[in-house]
Amino acid sequence: MRLDVILRVGVKLIIPFMLIFGLYVQLHGDYGPGGGFQAGVIVAGSVIVYALIFGIEEAQRIAPRRLVEFLVPLGVLIYAMTGVFGLLNGQNFLDYSVLAAHAPAGRERGILLVEAGVLVTVASTMVALFYAFSERGR
Amino acid sequence: MEAFKNFFDHYNYIATIVLMVAGLYIVIARGNMIKKLIGLMLFQTSVYLLYIAPGKIIGGTPPVLDPNFTVYSNPLPHVLILTAIVVGVATIALGLAIVSRIHEAYGTIEEDEIFERGEDG
Amino acid sequence: MLLTLLVVVTIVIVRMRSLFGVIVLSGVYSFLMASVLMVYDAVDVAMTEAAVGAGVSTVLLLAALHLTDAREYPQPRPAALPLLVAVIVGLVLIWATYDLPAFGIADAPIHRHVAPHYLQNAIKETQVANVVSAVLADYRSFDTFGEVIVVFTAGIGVMLLLKGRRQRRDGSEGGLR
Repeated sequence: MRLDVILRVGVKLIIPFMLIFGLYVQLHGDYGPGGGFQAGVIVAGSVIVYALIFGIEEAQRIAPRRLVEFLVPLGVLIYAMTGVFGLLNGQNFLDYSVLAAHAPAGRERGILLVEAGVLVTVASTMVALFYAFSERGR
Repeated sequence: MEAFKNFFDHYNYIATIVLMVAGLYIVIARGNMIKKLIGLMLFQTSVYLLYIAPGKIIGGTPPVLDPNFTVYSNPLPHVLILTAIVVGVATIALGLAIVSRIHEAYGTIEEDEIFERGEDG
Repeated sequence: MLLTLLVVVTIVIVRMRSLFGVIVLSGVYSFLMASVLMVYDAVDVAMTEAAVGAGVSTVLLLAALHLTDAREYPQPRPAALPLLVAVIVGLVLIWATYDLPAFGIADAPIHRHVAPHYLQNAIKETQVANVVSAVLADYRSFDTFGEVIVVFTAGIGVMLLLKGRRQRRDGSEGGLR
């Protein structure tokens, strides 16, 4: 029996809850504490703890390095496109009131989209940082 | 008594300044580069406290709007410091990458040894 | 009390020479900082500081510790000048903070200008109850855009710096086997 059985079993039990908690924090950023940055770090934390316990190769089967490196600029693109959408409809850059017929609903929708972009960039950057540091030392 | 009351009113700020000075001392007085980066982190986190402490209202609640409460703490410093925290971790990550490359180029991360090596050749 | 504990942990960090212990103590420091921020009613900031400071930052510091094979550094020579400079700066700053209003009063100038506007109009204009999220993503979204670009740039910078395998000074490729 390997010495780290407790860690392996415990991590397998905890990671689904971490991912669900990250999703909860992201989507409840409007009604309570939360938002894109916290959720991004929690999601990245779940991938990192999986890589710490089971090894980099296992983690890279689930979150391949190419995919993570592709996701890093994708979040910035989502953010910028939400802003440009306001420009295309005749208002200022990053004006969200054009996203829906009723201006406050449009602004809420813009906030949700922008937080999604932040989540994607922050999560994939933290995982990419971890991959860069650990692949250097192999 | 006046000075005593003044001290306890401002104790939060005084503790924050002590943290800031400790971080500054680590950055200028220690030669190990990873320790310097940790000192920089201490300095940054003390600045977060310095910004958020004046925003607190005694008797207020966190700034999440709710019909039951009327007095909220100031949300503006929270926004600025949220940005600052994420920028801080980005800076630390980049600094650690540079420290790793310095170690590969010089074989050491002690500032004194690198300067001596530079004087020799 | 929490602040006193923070000061004690900081003084131990200054004095400690083993780098592994310093990194673990910095995780403890981030956790205490998150607790202090909760007491200051800054719940979003506390969550971010706990996740970032005690999570990601500790992992990256340990990874860098492994890459540089560092254990502990030699005894630093006693230097009076940095200590003197630090103490003088500290005393001047403490003297300056006496001009700040007392902690926690409700009619300080900071609460008068823009903050009441955000608190009163956040629900009417954006239908979002968390004022910090509304200000971050809507009223001040340029700053958040810049911040996302900073995170992206740091990620790209680290990926560029740490590409490839470790090169040791004698030319052979390094790594664990």
